[in-house]
Amino acid sequence: MQKFTTVTGIAVPLRRSNVDTDQIIPAVHLKRVTRTGFEDALFAAWRLDPDFVINKKEYQGGRVLIAGADFGIGSSREHAVWALRDYGFDVVLSPRFGDIFRGNAGKQGLLAGQISEADAETLWNLVESDPGLELTVDLVSKTARVGDLTVKFAIDDYTRWRLLEGLDDIGLTLRNEARINEFEATRESWLPRTLPALSPESPPTR
Amino acid sequence: MTNVIPTSQVSSGTGLRTLAEKVWDKHLVTKGEDGTPDLIYIDLHLLHEVTSPQAFDGLRLANRPLRRPDLTIATEDHNTPTLAIDKPIVDLTSRTQIETLRRNCAEYGVRLHSLGDIEQGIVHVVGPQLGLTQPGITVVCGDSHTSTHGAFGAMALGIGTSEVEHVMATQTLPLNPFKTMAITVNGALRTGVTAKDIILAVIAKIGTGGGAGYVLEYRGEAIRALSMEGRMTICNMSIEAGARAGMVAPDQTTYDYLEGRAHAPRGADWDAAVAYWETLATDEGASYDAEVTIDANELEPFVTWGTNPGQGVSLSGSVPNPAEIVDANERSAAERALEYMDLAAGTPMKEIRVDTVFLGSCTNSRVEDLRAAAEVIKGKTKAEGLRMMVVPGSARVRIEAEAEGLDKIFLDFGAEWRFAGCSMCLGMNPDQLEPGERCASTSNRNFEGRQGKGGRTHLVSPLVAAATAIRGTLSSPWDLVQDGDQ
Repeated sequence: MQKFTTVTGIAVPLRRSNVDTDQIIPAVHLKRVTRTGFEDALFAAWRLDPDFVINKKEYQGGRVLIAGADFGIGSSREHAVWALRDYGFDVVLSPRFGDIFRGNAGKQGLLAGQISEADAETLWNLVESDPGLELTVDLVSKTARVGDLTVKFAIDDYTRWRLLEGLDDIGLTLRNEARINEFEATRESWLPRTLPALSPESPPTR
Repeated sequence: MTNVIPTSQVSSGTGLRTLAEKVWDKHLVTKGEDGTPDLIYIDLHLLHEVTSPQAFDGLRLANRPLRRPDLTIATEDHNTPTLAIDKPIVDLTSRTQIETLRRNCAEYGVRLHSLGDIEQGIVHVVGPQLGLTQPGITVVCGDSHTSTHGAFGAMALGIGTSEVEHVMATQTLPLNPFKTMAITVNGALRTGVTAKDIILAVIAKIGTGGGAGYVLEYRGEAIRALSMEGRMTICNMSIEAGARAGMVAPDQTTYDYLEGRAHAPRGADWDAAVAYWETLATDEGASYDAEVTIDANELEPFVTWGTNPGQGVSLSGSVPNPAEIVDANERSAAERALEYMDLAAGTPMKEIRVDTVFLGSCTNSRVEDLRAAAEVIKGKTKAEGLRMMVVPGSARVRIEAEAEGLDKIFLDFGAEWRFAGCSMCLGMNPDQLEPGERCASTSNRNFEGRQGKGGRTHLVSPLVAAATAIRGTLSSPWDLVQDGDQ
């Protein structure tokens, strides 16, 4: 993962709450077996409407999405994050995120920053009155700046550190492999196992 | 929405623990320090074809082994057709995704229940039916409805693909501790009111974000009285309230469900397991971070009118008027929802005519659900022009239902009797709504386009689905009784 410090880019106002991951990427677009190539699937149903904000020419090349509360609720599909990344977004700011989405974002270098409802409204008004405005998002100071305005956003310290350092989660965990081995040795023998597969002699249900 | 009453934010320091905290502590590999998350061991990892291919690819790229194939199991569910399952899958991208899963499972030694296998089906139906889902374990799957397994008193988390890869490589997940919320359902449900109505009412009360950051624990008489199937329905939809997980403490109902299943412990192992399971219930006097109380006696059949699962109302109610909603965001969301759903404020819910009834999904496709619906429609006539599709949760459920003659009841009624899978819950296979088509669905999400582009979804219980299929308008068995009186 690339290190994330600051991003300056066009801000896109998405004045909607409860943007679930089915809206971010509808299920019919989940059939790829790669991590890339999802850019056209981003908000696929809404993009059919020429007036949808992403379709407006002032917002082309947007990198910072400013969304309403409860962004990314619903399905766990990480494809939602991949689609946002593939499209070009580096940051989503929202008053509240779906938990799984926020976790997924942190694994893929997408900054999910939590702002207040009032700041979301301020940013929307500002950006809508001057479409194409660029916002600077600074992960070090946890702020989003435009002109004289500075807005604080919240992100958990661990995700922030990993984004700043560009660290791979699995590598970090495997530093504890000895401890995982120790833990495994203490697990009860009756805990469920999926293997060996069922034999014809052991009937699958009562 | 703020119907959640926060209790003390300060730990009581008494050493008393909730169910969720006990399961957490039991699986702690390393305790996080200086803001780093805890490392939690994962007992069971469920895979399906949609969220696993990129994770297997990641392992392959990093040249890492799959650490515990014996704690991993896969099935095909999201893309699988529910007709002609003996033929090659017509949709080439769906076929590729299924074939990719088959190749990956063969390469990494993962047991896979493929289309045609008796244990194939929706991943959240398969785990419990095999007896793999057990109290006090940790379960993960790259699917948000993994919360289903919490019905057994397991800590069951829906995860993204990066986390799937992480569990494949390490059998652990770095996780920040959650807050706990007690959802106490007192009293007894009236006849015709079910687990689905409880959870729809809970979500309407706390909102789609009300559970964010929490593990929900369902408690109280009404929960104790539920079957395992009913508890699974409730835990399944915890994610629709934004929660990371939902749980029910195990009891005799849980043990009776598990005993004798293929992967349930046996003999002395059974006794040892039960001894552990008996320790899991929340300690008397342990405190939760938040509490919500619901009176089961007051609940009625519940349905959704909007485009998120929190936009619901009693079936006897009406489509709300957005103008009366105080919160500006909720008001505009309601306005958008009514436009999408093509509903006018004030319309009685019972006057809403539907085109299609879908009985299925990881929420309500177990044999008990099919039985309940079959009982309602038996000997009745389907509303003219209405389409009803019945999709069992697994191949085994289908066979069990057929052994009871339920297929015959559905077919005589004029419903379609399909093969197992996720089907029209999300329409990754050909089972989709047409634009503008209105559906009463026993599934879990009424999001825009969820069941097909432009499709309109009302979430309902199996009983409401069945009564609606008879009357053609959103209805419950209560309405059928009244029809009979006239």
